Amino acid sequence: MPAVKSLEELKRVREEALAKKQLKATPGNVQVIVAMGTCGIAAGARDTMKSILSFIETEHLSGISVTQTGCMGMCEQEPIVQVIVGDQAKVVYGKVNAEVAAQIMKQHVQNGTPVKVYVLPL
Amino acid sequence: MREIALHLMDIAENSVAAGSRNIHMDVLEDLRSDLLKVSVRDDGRGMDAETAKRVLDPFYTTRTTRKVGLGIPLLKLAAESAGGGLTLETESGKGTRIEASFLHSHIDRMPLGDVGMTMLTLLVSYPHIHWVFRYQVTQKDGAVKEFELDDKEIKSVLGDMSLTEPDVLKILRGMIEEGIEALMPQLEY
Repeated sequence: MPAVKSLEELKRVREEALAKKQLKATPGNVQVIVAMGTCGIAAGARDTMKSILSFIETEHLSGISVTQTGCMGMCEQEPIVQVIVGDQAKVVYGKVNAEVAAQIMKQHVQNGTPVKVYVLPL
Repeated sequence: MREIALHLMDIAENSVAAGSRNIHMDVLEDLRSDLLKVSVRDDGRGMDAETAKRVLDPFYTTRTTRKVGLGIPLLKLAAESAGGGLTLETESGKGTRIEASFLHSHIDRMPLGDVGMTMLTLLVSYPHIHWVFRYQVTQKDGAVKEFELDDKEIKSVLGDMSLTEPDVLKILRGMIEEGIEALMPQLEY
């Protein structure tokens, strides 16, 4: 069972968010999708995910939806990360280790410019 | 794969893909009996007997994007290389339970790895699934400590708020890290 202290903190966070009216029914306008098939996991996708989550936490980025997908059939390019900003076309990145993930979060998710060298030609 | 925790995540991905609503993940470290057991239990679509046999074969997969399915065979190999084994119980339409056991002290046993990060990753990436994580440690003297994280209350508190909001992430991460930290024997100097 989660510690009562943590649940109370969560309650407080939710109330604060409600007060700021940041709460949306659909989470966020930026989607970050990490491929987590066996190939992705073996290539280090969990470290990629860790880097993305810690970036969100330290930079205090609100409204980012982080999800997973399975193997995309390009195992040699794993870890693969897809970024969708608003209505823009999806950008697919390959060989995204923890450092590259942080770079994508900063340059693409935060500042809107894709990190071209890691974009996979599809 | 270099960590048992990564294998656990991989097996859990199969449970997600099987359309499960409830997934239980257990890690049991028993230093008294020198055993390490990990399991994932789901209520997904399960498998018939024929499929269950084939799933241990690396050249079988349900996926269409590539022709090999290495997840379960790799875990089986890792367990068998460390004096343990893998068991699979499944029933079509009911769900699946996979358990891997290892001799805790076996020289070839893969490190358990970052169980907390596996929990956090699954928890936030699949918010529609009800997750129950349990990590239990039995010390040599028989003392048992357990950390359980059932996300039901967390989700009822948060309502429709996303689990990847920075403040929420911070609390969840802290909750998991503190819970696991408390299981570890306190070092005496």
